[in-house]
Amino acid sequence: MHKHNSPFRVLIGKPGLDGHDRGAKFIARALRDDGFEVIYTGIRRTPEEIAAAAIQEDVSAIGLSSLSGAHLRLFPAVVEALRAAGVTDIAVLGGGVIPEEDIRQLKEAGIDEVFTPGTPLEVILEAFRSACRQQRKTHQP
Amino acid sequence: MRNDLNALLAGLHNHEARSIARAISLVENDHEAAEVILASLDQHHITSSQVLGITGSPGVGKSTLTSTLVRHFRGQGKRVGIVAVDPSSSITGGALLGDRVRMMGHALDPDVVVRSMATRGRLGGLCAAAGAAVRIMAASGCSPVIIETVGVGQSEMDIIRLADLTLMVLAPGMGDEIQAMKAGILEVADLLVVNKTDCLGAETLTMDLEAALRGKKNPWQSRVYKTVATTGQGIDELAIAIDELDAIYRSSGEHDRRRHSSLELETVDWAVELLKPRLLKELQEKIYAAEPRQAARKLLARLCPSITDT
Repeated sequence: MHKHNSPFRVLIGKPGLDGHDRGAKFIARALRDDGFEVIYTGIRRTPEEIAAAAIQEDVSAIGLSSLSGAHLRLFPAVVEALRAAGVTDIAVLGGGVIPEEDIRQLKEAGIDEVFTPGTPLEVILEAFRSACRQQRKTHQP
Repeated sequence: MRNDLNALLAGLHNHEARSIARAISLVENDHEAAEVILASLDQHHITSSQVLGITGSPGVGKSTLTSTLVRHFRGQGKRVGIVAVDPSSSITGGALLGDRVRMMGHALDPDVVVRSMATRGRLGGLCAAAGAAVRIMAASGCSPVIIETVGVGQSEMDIIRLADLTLMVLAPGMGDEIQAMKAGILEVADLLVVNKTDCLGAETLTMDLEAALRGKKNPWQSRVYKTVATTGQGIDELAIAIDELDAIYRSSGEHDRRRHSSLELETVDWAVELLKPRLLKELQEKIYAAEPRQAARKLLARLCPSITDT
């Protein structure tokens, strides 16, 4: 019935020990203001915790933030934790202080989009919308 | 499509996290599969489960208290469900659901099922969605299922009526006892909890509340439970009180009375949910009257002639 009008659900989390959550909170608020239902998990989560929460909350996409330089290890670990639980249709997007040369490696590891400092907010929002639309299309019993 | 639904029902039957989560989404979004999903649930589990409501103003420590209670229940080997309701923006429809921040300690425990739910600005419908989530969790073996919600606003208060018993959480520093004595606050509570009792003003708040409660005829209603959710202080006592009161309600018939009234509430809520699209469609096609009440009566007379006599 009105399934297509229901809000998109996404999860924003920070894996690892980095406590700089201003960016994650900024994105969470921006998504909320764009009409998303945003589950916020807070800082210092393990990739496994983030994946488990995303599954329980039935989100369409996960947004990860990392400013510590550990993204090459932490972002793919979330994708792996999802796959270990048999989940391949939740998009994983990442942002933070990420050097250009790491982006390809992250995408190869299954991160759908990577945002570096200075990315216009609308680009990020559209990436979340598009990931959610995609998931909804392929995922209706 | 049929196969997907069968896989979902099988997963639900096996208490799989993903299937439980998908099922709640489909029902919340009023997908056409909702009815099949809800009808497939294990009624025995639903009947025997314990449904707790936890409510209170923002910042009193509901989520932390919930998380600490969950740890206590897990220690007893119980599988626990949590439906955490937060408000949606009435402007954009978006919501920031942050109750998980306090509950991430249980994230890797497969026997702690957490679901954040936004009010989605619905007047009705929220009880239907939250009630369905409670049912899905209970059917998967969760008992207790905890409904956590901010205790302001009518729709939030209605959700609490889905619970078998309700804890009202207060904390010092958030206004005097007159705030708590306002209509509807203390009335919905079966058990009163003052959290953050390690903070200044807790003793005064507790005494003021106890004074306000003096004269209540049931002994548990005149008692205030003191907790420090962050350390677990007072939690064992509170958990014992919950079980004792639950047993009293079950033997006195209060439990059945509440279950019955919550079923009624959910049914009316679903009826309104199902009727709404029809009403809107009809209104777009025809103008019934300029005056809304009159228009509503004529609209109902047309759609449901059997229930309107004028």
